Amino acid sequence: MTVKIVRRVAILVASVLVASIVVFLFMAVLPGDPAQVALGVNATPELVAKTRAEFGIDRPLVTQYFDWIGGVLQGDFGRSYVTREEIGPALTDRLGVTLWLVGAGMLVALLIAVPAGTFAAVRHRKADGTAVSGLSQIGVAIPAFLAGIILVQIFAVQLRWLPSGGWTPPVQDPGEFLRGLVLPALSLGLVQGAVLTRYVRSAVLDTLGQDYLRTARSKGLRPFQALFRHGLRNAAVPVVTVLGLQLSTLLIGAVVVERVFVLPGLGSMLLDSVASRDLLSVQGIVLVLVVGVLLVNFVVDVLYTVLDPRLRGS
Amino acid sequence: MKARIHAAVVALLLVASGCSAGSSATVAKDPGTLAIGYTAEPANFDFTRTDGAAIPQALLYNVYEGLVKLDANAKIVPLLAESWTISEDRKTYDFKLRKNAKFSNGAPFTAEDVKFSLMRVKTDWTVSIKSTMDVVDRVDVVAPDHARVVLTKPSNGWLFSLTSRLGAMFSPTGVADLANKPVGTGPYTVSSRRRGDSIVLKQNPAYWGTKPAYSTVVLKYIKDPTALNNALLSNGIDVISAITVPDSIPQFQSDDRFTVVEGTTNSEVTLAFNNARPPLNDVRVRKALSYAIDRKALLDTAWAGRGTLIGSMVPPTDPWYEDLSNAYPFDPAKAKALLAEAGQPNPSLRLRIPNLPYAVSAAQVVSSQLADVGVTVTIEPLDFPSVWLKQVFTDHDYDLSIIQHVEARDIVTFGRPKYYWGYDGKLVQQNLAKADAGTPQEQIDAMRQVARRLSEDAAADWLFLFPNVIVAKNKVTGFVRNQVSESFDLTGLAPR
Repeated sequence: MTVKIVRRVAILVASVLVASIVVFLFMAVLPGDPAQVALGVNATPELVAKTRAEFGIDRPLVTQYFDWIGGVLQGDFGRSYVTREEIGPALTDRLGVTLWLVGAGMLVALLIAVPAGTFAAVRHRKADGTAVSGLSQIGVAIPAFLAGIILVQIFAVQLRWLPSGGWTPPVQDPGEFLRGLVLPALSLGLVQGAVLTRYVRSAVLDTLGQDYLRTARSKGLRPFQALFRHGLRNAAVPVVTVLGLQLSTLLIGAVVVERVFVLPGLGSMLLDSVASRDLLSVQGIVLVLVVGVLLVNFVVDVLYTVLDPRLRGS
Repeated sequence: MKARIHAAVVALLLVASGCSAGSSATVAKDPGTLAIGYTAEPANFDFTRTDGAAIPQALLYNVYEGLVKLDANAKIVPLLAESWTISEDRKTYDFKLRKNAKFSNGAPFTAEDVKFSLMRVKTDWTVSIKSTMDVVDRVDVVAPDHARVVLTKPSNGWLFSLTSRLGAMFSPTGVADLANKPVGTGPYTVSSRRRGDSIVLKQNPAYWGTKPAYSTVVLKYIKDPTALNNALLSNGIDVISAITVPDSIPQFQSDDRFTVVEGTTNSEVTLAFNNARPPLNDVRVRKALSYAIDRKALLDTAWAGRGTLIGSMVPPTDPWYEDLSNAYPFDPAKAKALLAEAGQPNPSLRLRIPNLPYAVSAAQVVSSQLADVGVTVTIEPLDFPSVWLKQVFTDHDYDLSIIQHVEARDIVTFGRPKYYWGYDGKLVQQNLAKADAGTPQEQIDAMRQVARRLSEDAAADWLFLFPNVIVAKNKVTGFVRNQVSESFDLTGLAPR
């Protein structure tokens, strides 16, 4: 098992390095000169040249890359061309917002999917079970931003119960923080919940068909009891895999939801940085996102091994 | 195992909360607090080195003050200077300064600061508009409350530019970190900011003048127009500084919780002609295009009929404004005749526009109306600002373009043959020089001549003037109706 994890870590590191090169090259071929954009109209060519030198974007690409990745490895993401701030602290600040959003979204999704999926599986021959799985089919078809817009219209604009957007840090005012998080987390979580419900349902259905559950039933346990005592852990293996994959989708969904709810997360920082050709920031953000997705996959792989003893030997 | 997963989730959330430290204010229900929504967020606080309208919009007159300011009627009025006199040859300006003004770091404001600030524009500023200060020869400190500015030649444009960010007064003790820590003499100071969300301004307790009515102003930055509207509808903010989608205006007009304030701006939406290149170097072709476009119909499509047809680069708030919108009435037959006369009955033109909503919708109208007179127009949306700036503005690689020109008195750009208009008119250049050097009346006369001449030459087609639409809760009053300066002036706002 240790060998397996070491191998996984090696793959993770290699993927991150390759990703960093790809990200860097993409930025290099993007049209538009950051210096010109920062200086705006009427800037003289001399001034643009001076600013390019100040940003260090007049040097050879290879030098620029090693300079950048060398800094990143020491935790220094450089200083933004546009905001003139250290990118590193800005990234962690924004990442915090996005993690809250993704975490809360995932929580909502699980709170919906585990009971609903299990229910739909156990009662799959009954009308109510079919209804639940039908509902999840509809939910899958709704994009997160649309869910967000609808929720804002109902709960913010019409009823005025919750804010339509904005961010309050939890340390500042926990109540406002939670109120602000409800709608974004719901719009992200409802759709994910619908997706996950289908996976939970088929995983539980699969487990229900296993011999050991039949044995448990024959010992006098009712279907739900049997499932809870013996089946859920087994059903969790495929669900955890999907959860990992969905976490990446959730991260991307968060970018859109941040826009709808005006949350100062990583997604809105990415959009702003692209628009202002703040290439150094874009590189940093994309790298963090890529590392995030790779890390999730890594964790899923490891969890998989932990949850399913049969995979430990190989 | 389940417990372990839960522990992991909790740990993740704890880490996240640790990361998101920092503070920003939420909109309190406190009557002394006002929250205003804007679409464009300042990249940083340093307008000496960062271009764009968002920084002066937030800071000018509110945090930074100049010697003079523009009032609601676009008149130059005293601010840090109590009064000023201009010498006979119009080259020497004597400013009498307020004695009790102080910077927010405690340093007193004196003539030394005037000298420091004005000369610093030449040496330390990098934004392009700084060239207006080139005409300053020197600044003399006559007394602590008396600064004398000597120009190399007379310039009305210079005094006007003092009302913009170029005239902002800095203290030598307060410029160490302009991007993050602004230090000015204004009624507000920057209290905190949360990037991507808000900036909080708090009343400056040591302010020399009348204290503003609101003790705290939260500037909320909401890029998406729908989200901005929703924030006002759901009590998240009290004011929308400028509506960017006209379709949403009726929704606020019909709701008695809100007041809609409509005025003009300095922002001319212009169909630029590349005057330096065939076929548009032929005045007949330019006139033909001007006759071929129905600007009223275009305004209806591009901005829901809101805005003003002005027919020139002069907004109604400039003293030399006259309505030239009927110089080229919609007349397709005349357009065709002019094109035939120029030997260009069916030209093909590239309309290269920024990928912004108003430009895209206006371009479609322009293209279809020009098609009616036999002109083939290819619309090419370019990523704004980066690609449009490079290809159209810098390289002049275009036939037609559509863009808002937002700066005050930007008609002077027609005096620069190297500007992207490619317009080289001696008479316009002479009149611009005369206006800059002359008395106020001479300035008005000469500027009228410039606008008329540009219209005769069809140097561009001024499609319409952007309106200024502010929406606010009924309880907030004191807005400047016409947007004439670079500032969103908070000093006059007060609860009803």
